[in-house]
Amino acid sequence: MSANSLGAAVSPVGPRPGRQRRPAKRGRWAGWGFVGPFMVVFAFALIVPIGYAIYLSLFRQQLIGGNAFVGLSNYKTALNDPQFWAAVRRMLLFLVVQVPVMIVLALLAALALDSARLRWAPLYRLSIFLPYAVPAVVASFMWGFIYGTQFGLVARLRTFFGGHFPDPLSSNWVLASIGNVVTWEYAGYNMLILYSALQAVPRDLYEAAEIDGAGQFSIIRWIKLPALRVALVVSLIFSVIGSLQLFNEPAILHYIAPDTIPMNFTPNMYAYNLSFAGQEYNYSAAIAIVMGILTMIIAAAVQWYGRRRAA
Amino acid sequence: MSVTQTPVDAAVTDAGRGPDRLTRRRGSTRKRHSVILNVLMTAMLVYALLPLFWLVVNSTKTEGALFSTFGLWFGGKFALFSNIHQVFTYDNGIFARWLGNTLLYVVAGAGGATVLATLAGYGMAKYDFPGKRAVFAIVLGAVAVPGTAIAVPTFLLFSDLHLTNTPWAVILPSMVSPLGFYLIWVYASEAVPTEILEAARIDGAGEFRTFFVISSRLLAPGMVTVLLFTVVATWNNYFLPLIMLSTPNWYPLTVGLNDWNMQATTAGGQAVYNLVITGSLLTVIPIMAAFLYLQRYWRSGLAAGSVKA
Repeated sequence: MSANSLGAAVSPVGPRPGRQRRPAKRGRWAGWGFVGPFMVVFAFALIVPIGYAIYLSLFRQQLIGGNAFVGLSNYKTALNDPQFWAAVRRMLLFLVVQVPVMIVLALLAALALDSARLRWAPLYRLSIFLPYAVPAVVASFMWGFIYGTQFGLVARLRTFFGGHFPDPLSSNWVLASIGNVVTWEYAGYNMLILYSALQAVPRDLYEAAEIDGAGQFSIIRWIKLPALRVALVVSLIFSVIGSLQLFNEPAILHYIAPDTIPMNFTPNMYAYNLSFAGQEYNYSAAIAIVMGILTMIIAAAVQWYGRRRAA
Repeated sequence: MSVTQTPVDAAVTDAGRGPDRLTRRRGSTRKRHSVILNVLMTAMLVYALLPLFWLVVNSTKTEGALFSTFGLWFGGKFALFSNIHQVFTYDNGIFARWLGNTLLYVVAGAGGATVLATLAGYGMAKYDFPGKRAVFAIVLGAVAVPGTAIAVPTFLLFSDLHLTNTPWAVILPSMVSPLGFYLIWVYASEAVPTEILEAARIDGAGEFRTFFVISSRLLAPGMVTVLLFTVVATWNNYFLPLIMLSTPNWYPLTVGLNDWNMQATTAGGQAVYNLVITGSLLTVIPIMAAFLYLQRYWRSGLAAGSVKA
């Protein structure tokens, strides 16, 4: 899901249409032969649904008179909906803790892999990246069962500590427990993005720095971290959008801990539940659009911050 | 940015020399290994592999032993093979059907996404055409909208078109990979020299012939990268099939497994945790095998994408 946003994240520094070398004069429309098929499916699967979402959000299903145009009324309801904003606040709290923890872990691992001081580096790189291939559903099962007090690991720990070990699925800990699942899934992925960026730094720079008497930490501070800036911003935006859209992990854990993870736990779960349990499609569309706008604002802020720091 | 190496250089050196390239290039100035670094990375490795170890251990247990034995070690009767047998026979063998569905969605969805993204990214990199800037703006604008925000409207739209609860409802949205579009665009700008295209044109080759005979080969590493991204995304997809499909016969593995998991909490349902766990193992093994086999291409492709700055 979050993969969708990489294009948005890196585009301002990516290829620009105006700067491409001019191909042959003939066949001005030839490019469309290549881009056309993608754009048709893209329009059908993305553009039209976005338009339809906006359209839906302006109507309301009424007992008498059917579908009635209500203008921005659904949005007014959304802005004053305590359940929705509780879910949004929960996700903001989640992201200000989980995202930095994950990115710092990924950064340290990437620097370690790139340091040439690590034995068996490929083994670590592969193993830490491996969880990315595990479906979110299976990741949530595994951690959910490990967390569960019925069977798994935590049950034993609790018996061992005589009940003083915290219950990961209790209301105090459940957000951190979900954060752990997400960190487990994506830390290795972010590590790989950062590691790839580090690999592109010309090695001569390090040698030159060493000749000038720079230590490992100065090299990290003055060469590696600046070289990672773009990749870090990409990772951050990815992760922020992923957190705001959180659905799979809590939705699966809901069936293991229904009391502490209600179906309105995240904004996305709330929107999903409005449509599929409550049949409130119009209101759900409005919630989805408010969430989309919020996400874009936050992602743009992260990107703006990243670029400003560079200047 | 101070990075002067081009993405393709990075990709080529990565692919050619593998992960040891750094130490090899260093040669005589090779550094001593740091024990502390290895200890810290081992801690991360254990964290990454622990749940998978748990999964393997517990797929060898009977439903009863799951609750009565220590979670992180083998215990009770060795029941892996009877569990696997049960997974494939439970509920008239629907697991095999889910596996087949997942394969269908992956081949059609991820395969289609790779082909479309490759053609389009190449078109963006190598052609000027009317509306190119608009394409750029539209794709960027649309990917900025969170995918899940449009899930419900997509469902309603597909429902009006009678596409819901058919494989198309899963395959069509999976065929769009803006990330792949972007990666190929970046990759093609560097990997396919415009001079070769000019030469082919002078020799009288058509644009598509040039693409299939020359460019597609140069683009192969980038395509493998996109294929891997989309295969993992489609194999692991949960949200999209969850909302689009209502008949278990069309479920992919992810949605089906959670159906089994829910049985324990539904009134009158029978808890089948041993099947959930063994089924999860069987779901994870093929995608991990593919992933481990092809990840080296992925890494170099990612480098191409993230270095461009």
